[in-house]
Amino acid sequence: MEIQMEYYLILGAVMFFAGVYGFITRRNLIAVLISIELILNAVDINFAVFNRYLFPAQLEGFFFTLFAIAIAAAETAVAIAIIINIYRNLHNIEVKNLDELKD
Amino acid sequence: MEITLQQAGFAFLAAVILVFSVMTVTTKRILRAATYLLFVLFATAGIYFQLNYSFLGAVQLLIYAGGIIVLYVFSILLTSSDAEKKEPLRNRRIVPGLVASLAGGALCLFLLLTHSFAPTVSADCEVDMHTIGHTLMGTGKYQYLLPFEAISVLLLACIVGGLLIARKRK
Repeated sequence: MEIQMEYYLILGAVMFFAGVYGFITRRNLIAVLISIELILNAVDINFAVFNRYLFPAQLEGFFFTLFAIAIAAAETAVAIAIIINIYRNLHNIEVKNLDELKD
Repeated sequence: MEITLQQAGFAFLAAVILVFSVMTVTTKRILRAATYLLFVLFATAGIYFQLNYSFLGAVQLLIYAGGIIVLYVFSILLTSSDAEKKEPLRNRRIVPGLVASLAGGALCLFLLLTHSFAPTVSADCEVDMHTIGHTLMGTGKYQYLLPFEAISVLLLACIVGGLLIARKRK
């Protein structure tokens, strides 16, 4: 365990904010979803690292990561179903075209 | 200064994660973004293996790299009207994106590097499957049967909901 904990946290932070950048700038719905996966993955790394380095006798971070991965899978499945439905109706999944609910 | 195998492995995984997570959000082609995300997820599994959480790494490989990426590639191929179409980014969205991510990243890194964490305890042992299984299936304190069951119901609901949303309407 000779690697400093901060290096892992820096890694997680950079990955998280790459995801935030993609979430804001992307226009394709699937690309937005991919950015969300990056964000979730960064958070998972942080949970595992905090668990391993600060509380190695316990398993809370471990199981939080496990459940977060499961919930991410469920969320992706439903989101992709919605996106395919949108594509079927509009033939397009650009974010700027999805303003039906706004007006 | 001697560089151990573990440090070299971490440096490699960190470089892969940093480069490919930035490329995921900057590439113009959506299928390439999915492929770069796959590399990031593989490297994350490597990080878990390096932290001695082999079970977590295996779950990451199975669910993320094996399941979710396939789902993404399928949906990209189903929804891209002409394949590999470029998606131009408008300038007015890049600036707020850059400002938000750079400001947030700077704040996070500042807090990380100035805060002194509690002294790290070194416990280099692998978590054995017996402990994981009992913690997942127990009902006592710090045991997780209820979230496990809740997630199984959630997955069932997602299967039904996904079928219901994506079905063909006559």
